[in-house]
Amino acid sequence: MNLDFSDDQKFLKEEAKKFLEKENALARNRTVLESGSKTDDELWKKIVDLGWTGIRIPEQYDGLGLGHLELCVIAEELGRYLAPVPFSSSVYLFTEAIINYASDDIKQKILPKLVSGEVVGTLAVTEALMAPNKDNISTNCENGIINGAKIAVPDAEIATHVVVVTKTNKGTSLQLVDLSSSGVSIEHQENIDESRGHFSITFENVESELIGDEVGGWDLYESIINQAAVLFSYEQIGGSQAALDMAINYAQERYAFGRPIGSFQAIKHKLADMYIAITLAKSNCYYAAWALSTNSADLPTASATARVSSTKAFQLCSKENIQTHGGNGFTWEYDCHLFYRRSKLLSLNIGSLSNWKEKLVTSLEQSNIN
Amino acid sequence: MDFNDTPEQAKFRTTCKEWLEKNAKYKDKSSKGDSFANKDLVQEAKVWQKKKYDAGWAMLHWPKEFGGIGATPIERIIWANEESKFDVPKGIFEIGLGMCGPVMMQYATEEQKERFLPPMAEGKEIWCQLFSEPSAGSDVAGLRSKAVQNGDKWIINGQKVWTSGAHFSDYGILVVRHDPNLEKHKGLTFFFVDMKSPGIEVKPIKQITGGSSFNEVYFTDVEIPDSQRLGEIGDGWKVAITTLMNERLAVGDAGGPDVEDAFKWAKTQDNLGEPILNNKASRESIADWYCETNGLKNTKLRTMSALSKGDTPGPEASITKIVSANKLQDIGNFGMDSMDMAGMLKIDNQNIKSFQNAWLGAPGMRIAGGTDEILRNIIAERVLGLPQDPRADKGLAYKDIPSGNS
Repeated sequence: MNLDFSDDQKFLKEEAKKFLEKENALARNRTVLESGSKTDDELWKKIVDLGWTGIRIPEQYDGLGLGHLELCVIAEELGRYLAPVPFSSSVYLFTEAIINYASDDIKQKILPKLVSGEVVGTLAVTEALMAPNKDNISTNCENGIINGAKIAVPDAEIATHVVVVTKTNKGTSLQLVDLSSSGVSIEHQENIDESRGHFSITFENVESELIGDEVGGWDLYESIINQAAVLFSYEQIGGSQAALDMAINYAQERYAFGRPIGSFQAIKHKLADMYIAITLAKSNCYYAAWALSTNSADLPTASATARVSSTKAFQLCSKENIQTHGGNGFTWEYDCHLFYRRSKLLSLNIGSLSNWKEKLVTSLEQSNIN
Repeated sequence: MDFNDTPEQAKFRTTCKEWLEKNAKYKDKSSKGDSFANKDLVQEAKVWQKKKYDAGWAMLHWPKEFGGIGATPIERIIWANEESKFDVPKGIFEIGLGMCGPVMMQYATEEQKERFLPPMAEGKEIWCQLFSEPSAGSDVAGLRSKAVQNGDKWIINGQKVWTSGAHFSDYGILVVRHDPNLEKHKGLTFFFVDMKSPGIEVKPIKQITGGSSFNEVYFTDVEIPDSQRLGEIGDGWKVAITTLMNERLAVGDAGGPDVEDAFKWAKTQDNLGEPILNNKASRESIADWYCETNGLKNTKLRTMSALSKGDTPGPEASITKIVSANKLQDIGNFGMDSMDMAGMLKIDNQNIKSFQNAWLGAPGMRIAGGTDEILRNIIAERVLGLPQDPRADKGLAYKDIPSGNS
């Protein structure tokens, strides 16, 4: 029985933490939020130089050829510091789509550049104010030519490439688009967490390359999302823990009625509930990390379980961190709102809590719990 | 990461399993509950415990001289894992073996250990724990039962309550107040007592479930020899804390219907022409419970991983009872709701009974072994490092502490 990370993986986690601490990643989040720069190019470049974007990329394409577990420990630390970089878009979504489903030609062309940082990717799926599904995608692809529009695409400005979910004559497909192609226009869409810019992308007769096949693109998308959900969950528990740590520190230092507010049971119980939520989420994340790293048949259930519990944990911790800080928590000056914003962003990025609960129960119906 | 035993652990598991298969039968639908309320089980439980004892499984982590085999923590878990799959009565020994045993091991004399530990492990003598009192529950150090020293004896007067299994116990561990002039925690002394002593009267408490797992225990001029004192005079709280720490390890998951049962039920139970499972609210609840159940299960696996490597587990397991007892209450409620107006009826149907029992029993689970509130305090103070509540009774002699019902 070993539901734990290896010593090497723990070392990597420690190094990631030290790096992000030294780089003041949390302060950089605020800078991006306030300056409107939508991402931190300098921090991103340093992350690329550390080799993190190539963790999962096979050595033949210049990557480190490591597994998903290494990615999980990095994700937790990026989540803890609310790093304002396109890591989730480029690494959990785009890179995995290329590794898992692209042709050798595309891999040859793209993967080494993801390692070097020349390529940054993202994924475009949403089109309207509702959850995307197989039947409501209208962005069209015919003979590789895309027409249509996507919204709420993360990191599209810094990205060089995007994987687009499109409708075809035969079903749905994933299409790779170079964002410098003619016919692509990108516009910033303001969002609740401007430390991670989101954009609309319009495609007018844009050339693209097929990833996978023209029929079952939606299933590939689902499978990418099921994998990515584990990594998003790790970011969420990292953020949850940071919000709890912040609340604990404040509750120990802030006095009211002649005593630290952390000595009041109303505060203690609130923080204990945050700890409970994090512990449940973290344990589910461990299991999901195992399922991801072994490509277990249990992955859809395991990742939905991790995703639901981590979303709940981060939402609880970020909102109750504000509450613990009282009026200060509501100021722009305190960092509480950075966690609150990021928790909502992460909870929506790959689908809402209620839709993930639905996915979880559906996967229970499909698997053999009965 | 993997879920495999090491070769040694796998071998140990096989040994456990083979022995269990030879001596017991796997749980199935006909298995009856293993409850303190069921007095008929005592004889059966003693037979099972003796069988285990003779084969070395009774207290496998204890040293050989007291009936164990010196097993490692991970081997204990493997055994418990395997044993839990079998229909065997072991509940009535949990308090004795889980709480009284460790205290005796730590504080009793060598002769006492030789005298009392093997029969405890063997199931020949059953032990109970006499801590809570009518005026001292969560604040158990506020207890008032008196111990007065008289030569080499102590005379005990007072009342204990919520004593599981006192009605069939042979011995008990007892904490009492030897000096009300000292501060609350300082005036306590710890003993073990023969439950057949003159002056002890046991009265069952009827619970809201209708059953009686617990008792009131009255002490009227009960004599205890000073040789049965555990720890120094005035060290009662320190000794009690050792026991309560063990209680927290012993009290884990609330038994009863869990998410799988709710799920299965929801698939087959009709509501307004379709299964309850098609109802959005039911699906959401099931998703939440599934996350909790698996969160606890995976937390246990993390604890086991640490033990398996010889590390000390983190404090994660402290969340178990709060989460599982509340979930049990909600699942019971859900099952009854699913029958709409008929959900209140006591019908002869195993599923319905199980939801109703959960609903009636869960309030007790949220209180026994540390209330939800006390457990949250413990997490906040011991795990998160938050400061203690300022106490209104701090520095006061026990006799001067307001009690509200003198």
